[in-house]
Amino acid sequence: MPAKKDARKSPGSTSSDATPRPVPQSKQPAETSGELHREIRRPSSAWVDNLLMPALAVFTGLVVGGLIIAVANDAAITAWGNFFQNPVAAIKASWDAIIQAYSALFGGALGNPADIVAGFQTYFATGQTAGLYKAIYPFSESLVLTTPYIFLGLAVALGFRCGLFNIGAEGQFFMGALGAAYVGYSITTLPWFIHLPLALFGGAVAGAIWGAIPGYLKAKFGAHEVVNTIMMNWIAFRLSDWLLNGPMKAVGYRPVTSTVEATAELPRFFPDPLRLNWGFPLALVFALLVYWFLFKTTLGFEVRAVGANPDASRYAGMSVMRNFVLVMTLSGALAGLAGATQVLGTDHWVGQGFSAGYGFDSIALALLGKSHPLGVVLAALLFGILRGGATSMQSLARIPIHIISVIQGMVIIFVAAPAIIRWIYRLRIGTAEQTVLTRGWGK
Amino acid sequence: MAEQTQAAIMSKPNRQRLGTGLTLVIAGLLMLVLFVRGTQSGQTATFGMNTGGAALMIPDLVLPVQPTLYTLIVVTVFLGAWQLARGGIRSTGWLLVIVSFCFVAAFLIWATKDGSFNLVGMLNGTLGRAIPIALAALCGVISERAAVVNIAIEGIMLIAAMTAVISATLAHSLVVGLLVAILTGAVVAALHAVLVIRFKVDQIVSGVAINIFGTGITSFISSRYLESNIDVLNNSGTFKVMSIPLLSQIPILGPIFFEQGPIVYIALLLVAVLHVLLFYTPWGLRTRAVGEHPKAADTLGINVFLTRYVNVIIGGMIAGIGGAYFTIGSVGRFDQNMTAGKGFIGLAAMIFGKWNPIGAFLSSLLFGFADSLQVKMQILRVPIPSEFLAMAPYIVTMIVLTGIVGRAIPPAADGTPYEKQ
Amino acid sequence: MTTVLELRGITKSFPGVLANDHIDLTLEQGEIHALLGENGAGKTTLMNILYGLYKPDEGEILVRGEKVDIHSPNDAIARGIGMVHQHFMLIPVMTVTENVMLGIEPTRDVIFLDKSTVAEHVLEISKQYGLEVDPDATIKDLAVGTQQRVEIIKVLYRSAEILILDEPTAVLTPQEVEGLFKILQTLVDKGKSIIFITHKLKEVMAVADRITVLRGGRTVGTVSPKKVDPAKLAAMMVGREVNLVVRKKRAQPKETALTVKNLFVRDVRKNLVVRGVTFDVRKGEVLGVAGVQGNGQSELVYALTGLLPIENGEINVLGKTVRKLTPRRVLERGVAHVPEDRQKYGLVLSFPLYDNLVLCNYYLPPFANGVSLRQKVIIENGEKLVKQFDIRTPSVYVNASSLSGGNQQKLIVGREFSRPIQLLIAAQPTRGLDVGSIEYIHNRIIEKRDEGTAVLLVSSELDEILALSDRIAVMYRGQIMEIVDASETSKEYLGLLMAGIAASQTAIAGAKPKKEVKEVERVF
Repeated sequence: MPAKKDARKSPGSTSSDATPRPVPQSKQPAETSGELHREIRRPSSAWVDNLLMPALAVFTGLVVGGLIIAVANDAAITAWGNFFQNPVAAIKASWDAIIQAYSALFGGALGNPADIVAGFQTYFATGQTAGLYKAIYPFSESLVLTTPYIFLGLAVALGFRCGLFNIGAEGQFFMGALGAAYVGYSITTLPWFIHLPLALFGGAVAGAIWGAIPGYLKAKFGAHEVVNTIMMNWIAFRLSDWLLNGPMKAVGYRPVTSTVEATAELPRFFPDPLRLNWGFPLALVFALLVYWFLFKTTLGFEVRAVGANPDASRYAGMSVMRNFVLVMTLSGALAGLAGATQVLGTDHWVGQGFSAGYGFDSIALALLGKSHPLGVVLAALLFGILRGGATSMQSLARIPIHIISVIQGMVIIFVAAPAIIRWIYRLRIGTAEQTVLTRGWGK
Repeated sequence: MAEQTQAAIMSKPNRQRLGTGLTLVIAGLLMLVLFVRGTQSGQTATFGMNTGGAALMIPDLVLPVQPTLYTLIVVTVFLGAWQLARGGIRSTGWLLVIVSFCFVAAFLIWATKDGSFNLVGMLNGTLGRAIPIALAALCGVISERAAVVNIAIEGIMLIAAMTAVISATLAHSLVVGLLVAILTGAVVAALHAVLVIRFKVDQIVSGVAINIFGTGITSFISSRYLESNIDVLNNSGTFKVMSIPLLSQIPILGPIFFEQGPIVYIALLLVAVLHVLLFYTPWGLRTRAVGEHPKAADTLGINVFLTRYVNVIIGGMIAGIGGAYFTIGSVGRFDQNMTAGKGFIGLAAMIFGKWNPIGAFLSSLLFGFADSLQVKMQILRVPIPSEFLAMAPYIVTMIVLTGIVGRAIPPAADGTPYEKQ
Repeated sequence: MTTVLELRGITKSFPGVLANDHIDLTLEQGEIHALLGENGAGKTTLMNILYGLYKPDEGEILVRGEKVDIHSPNDAIARGIGMVHQHFMLIPVMTVTENVMLGIEPTRDVIFLDKSTVAEHVLEISKQYGLEVDPDATIKDLAVGTQQRVEIIKVLYRSAEILILDEPTAVLTPQEVEGLFKILQTLVDKGKSIIFITHKLKEVMAVADRITVLRGGRTVGTVSPKKVDPAKLAAMMVGREVNLVVRKKRAQPKETALTVKNLFVRDVRKNLVVRGVTFDVRKGEVLGVAGVQGNGQSELVYALTGLLPIENGEINVLGKTVRKLTPRRVLERGVAHVPEDRQKYGLVLSFPLYDNLVLCNYYLPPFANGVSLRQKVIIENGEKLVKQFDIRTPSVYVNASSLSGGNQQKLIVGREFSRPIQLLIAAQPTRGLDVGSIEYIHNRIIEKRDEGTAVLLVSSELDEILALSDRIAVMYRGQIMEIVDASETSKEYLGLLMAGIAASQTAIAGAKPKKEVKEVERVF
């Protein structure tokens, strides 16, 4: 049932529907509008736009990534050198390289199914957990990586809904982590039920400030948030360099913060080394909250209206400026929470380069998730898996982890230009309009 | 009656007058608190006016610290008080320029007290650091004058920086490296152009995607190949400084402008050439028409799409030169993410320069100055953490974007795809 | 007489709409051929095909008996076809010369623009055809009438023999229209042939040699103005007998709803465009604001509705003086605003109809309960209003972008009129609409007036102003020239005011027509 409601909502929100102008003869008998609605929405089109297209975009991105992997593989290159002697070997070498890389990737992300089954069998037979924990470790790690992605994707998606491009999630993420870490390690006498929320709040506030500044500059001066959030990123990196080498530096020679107090930690579900913690369900709760905010509240109505047509929103009595500041603040707060859960649940301390790459990833997954909280959760899961597996791909198949960024760049392009996907796969279904996310430099 | 009210309206920018006046007075007081405190009478600051072996050495500038500071403060406060009391100075922009100058000068004198500081060397560094920003800004100007927002400059420069150094190292020729960088810029920009013109992808989204792609692919290649094969792939050497005969002998200006590498000269030339092309040739007229009112251009038989493709690709070639500057123009090797936001700063320079080649260049100098200053300040051991000084270019960018100083109107169609129907 | 142009069986369809259905048209040398039809009849589509902007699905074009393919404006220009577009194709920040030379720039020293040669040529043309214009002026500083002359010069500079003018009179004062007609006469006298697109009956009667009427994308017929009367033409145009009059009772004005005193407003570019405007509107009357577009009417409306800040002056809405207006404060006082740019301000095109119908009051009960929206109530409200205001749509779930222009306007009217309002501000409420929608909206406005709502109607269609208003204020360069009683004025007199000629300066000042006008001809 919620899914159906959601489908109804989507014409307004994602503007994925381009019903042609009604031709005069379309005088429909007065049925209940719900049924009429289903006719017009052409469910197949919604399905294509919101599921098939992103899936194909991801698939195509993986294929392109695979080609790069093949090109970068020494054995494959050697084999291609001997192409005319043994063409089959060349193709096979490339294929092997791709398969090896991706099986390392997905194996590293999801674990070995046989091991997992065996783990469960042992557990049910003997109550022994060690084998099971070992088997689900990779998947647990992927979910751990998914957690900040959900928050960050929600942060960027919220901005998109209001016509704002928060490209600075990376800096907000870092500041949120530092804020949470500071509250986490500097206060030592609080019980957990105060300390933990306080530390989360500290992270959210730090991120919110980092988002609010470009939001305010946009609202007040029309300064474009894309450049400003990038600048805020760089300022955050420099600031964190200073903090980690100075005021927030832990005892020792490494530029890292102290470990947060146990009272500020997000509890973990399993014993070490499994790091899956309450941050993950918290992220899901926030996805629901963002959904509720966007689609079920008057504030969300304003946010979406301002995003879709700021002029009409102003005409209708909404304050565009207030919405810009509000959304950038909330967006920053979500990114800050990502940092907070990462510190409090997973790392327990912050070091340099903490946020590397998360900002750009979050843009990709917000686009992939069509700026819808549910889509964001699914996209975050995918990215968590990609990132989780990338490490093992790097160690097992010697493929640098950065291939993930290449794939993500391609995925964004394919999601943003469905025409390319339609052209590649010769698709004739689906009629998505291009969603205008942002406008030029002017106001 | 109407005339009276009109007069009343004309005197309305009162609030603005008060605002700038107060800002100036506060800036003066701030200078007093920040810079005069902690100085002693009799201290001097020495500013070097020469670099290297110029034929015509001019004496260093030795300034008494306290009197100079007081002079700067008095100028600032006086201007502020004048503005508060009488108004009359219409151009807020110029006032802010003057006060910024006084403030920076005061800061420099304070920082240099009892020491010496090579001013010309710093200004020479300013130009050097401004060049990639200026090239990025020129790329932006050329694309956006045809109404295509190109936020992919960062990614273009990053990729071009890498291809430049690899090809230069392999071919043992920096010129080859530069040409490959230009070609790379053209190719990546063409990708952006196809996405936004042919496929009508949101221009910012496409730019961001290319940036992500650029970061990914360069980091990928860097860690896969460059790090393990530095001498074979990632060690090109750099363009040598070419002193221009005679001109480089001019005191102060000579060492700043005419003792630079070839890419700097190319950039300076490009500024002039693009300015002429944009405002005095048919190509420029058509470009501006396409950026302002593509439909009108279309009705006159101008191919809007072709114009946009050409401009975006030319812009990409310019950004390619900018990318080359990072590697073969300055350090001779590629490091991951070495562009460090310069492409975005270039966009800010473009906006501040009112979408005008010369304006974009001049505002790039501002960013170059902030950047150069922070490096030199670290050498002077100013009691400010170096990390804060390093924020300067980014903060300047944000201030500039507020448009408090000179707001410009972008090309009317900037950022909108053209629907031909 | 030779046929210079012939269109045969031109057909063009857009998704869901057949814009041109086998249209035939012939143009003789030296004639003014009017293409008459209401909005949406397919006139502009046809001409865009002829000018190479659209590609026809079927049909052929013959220029001087020779079959031609026109794929782009370049082809059209090469065949001697020039077009003056309804929305001027001029680049505001460039000079007249630059606009004229764009696309065929002469150069000197190989690459540099040769502006002086073009400027001379412009002056030549301007002398030859009586098209006065300064070649070095920047377009954005020119009056609309002058801009139109630049458009004509552009076409003549390209040595066009066939001129297409698309709704050229829409933005002119009646006197400027006279001037334009003289220019057209000069042009045909010198051998040019003209296609004149319009939806105004009187104009075709005055200027055309032949009239071709289009309706619903089809040719209805070609007639000579000497052999038809306006009523017949109107019937051909609309396809049914048209009631040429708006029937309304005498206004019963009550207390004052809106008082504006000495109002000054700057536009977004900070130019002072409303300069000392004073008027009031009473409940139960329609105050029409006439004037050529761009004389400050839009900014006046934006200021009254809080969309532009007030530079100076006083506004009293429903008995309360407001210093700082925000759109929400204005709406909450019981003011409805039908904005002139309905797609920019009036609608969120990517929202479904039901959301658009609560755009101004989504946060109030019954649509909201605290911060949460009551989706069910909002949808029911949408269904009710769609029925009540006869909005033709398959359902309330479709996006506003899928409606036709007329239905989009009905959507706005439905939303605004369904709120409890005491003052209605309507700007260009029928621009670009078909006759049915115009009739509908006019009747609704009069209905509101009779219910005791104060109505401020801004329109650049003088006929619309005359048909609906009880009093008429004419704006010129940001000021109100005069406020006249609608029953005691004439179109000619208003036209002079619109051109900035004050009563004291005119010969007819003393001779204001005093006849009682109860029924006024309707506009198309």
